[in-house]
Amino acid sequence: MAILEVLRYPDARLRQVSSAVVEFGENLRRFAADLEATMRASPGCVGLAAPQVNYFQRIALVDVSSKPKIKHNGRMLLINPVILEQHGAAVGREGCLSVPDFTGNVLRAERIVVRSHDLDGTAREYRCEGYEARAVLHELDHLDGLLFLDRVESPRQDLFRRKTYK
Amino acid sequence: MKRWYMLTVVGADRLGIVARLSETLYHGGCNLGEASMARLGGNFSIMLMAQTDTDIEALRLQLAPLARELNLHVHLDRIEAQLHEHVEPNLRITVSGADRAGIVAEVTGALARAGFNILDLYSDVAGTAAKPIYVMIIDGFAPQGAETLEAALAPLRKTGVDLRLTPLDTLIG
Repeated sequence: MAILEVLRYPDARLRQVSSAVVEFGENLRRFAADLEATMRASPGCVGLAAPQVNYFQRIALVDVSSKPKIKHNGRMLLINPVILEQHGAAVGREGCLSVPDFTGNVLRAERIVVRSHDLDGTAREYRCEGYEARAVLHELDHLDGLLFLDRVESPRQDLFRRKTYK
Repeated sequence: MKRWYMLTVVGADRLGIVARLSETLYHGGCNLGEASMARLGGNFSIMLMAQTDTDIEALRLQLAPLARELNLHVHLDRIEAQLHEHVEPNLRITVSGADRAGIVAEVTGALARAGFNILDLYSDVAGTAAKPIYVMIIDGFAPQGAETLEAALAPLRKTGVDLRLTPLDTLIG
């Protein structure tokens, strides 16, 4: 296992759209292990996507199990993930290993259903909510060359939104 | 040697203040750091960090013509500053209720006594002129988490102020 170098904004490679994984072999297994080692090496990091480490295939890892009192699926290795359902919306604070020292509020779905493949190519479905759903959506954005910076709201935006509903 | 200054600018709001101010600073050799602008009661206000090797008097002179022209109050302080010194908040406190004098003092007093450090505060008076409501959103850092603050804020709830504590956990992905 190796700890990979994390690309940092404004590196243009973070804007690249990743392609689908087609070979479920030893290389994929090795890369997944490196991706996990890299994520675990950053304290507090709950997800990492392949393009963040200069590997442009649709692979993301999410593990929010270290957070207290939340529902989670444990460690999720998401290969060729697709969002099947999205419900609700909530604002939450996000940061990113690829955008150091900046955090901001982002609106994300509250509950999602995601279908992906595991290392053997077997299809799996996960139901995620809250913090975990946010983490999955954050990582899936990376696969499309998007960063949370593209979605960040003004710190005061959530108050203004409530106002318009009066 | 480059030094940091805190520049505070206040005046009646009008189009183009930020553009003119930042142009003046840029052409005067300043590099800007963190900044926060707010429009309060129709007044323009901004605080910004500016880094330059110009001394404070020269910087004041650079800004004087613009301040005169746009009728702005400009305040300059030499500061000890560093970028990348952010503290992540771990708790949001939302306060609302019928507007009356003293809400901010009571709430922030209780928070300070409980060791809560305010990192961001926004407040507004909404409702109508006849029945104004006060809304305040505070993000900050509670060293002991939300529980100790609940107890500190409990007496305020009896005064008709709604208080909601929401833990903030910044997702890093």
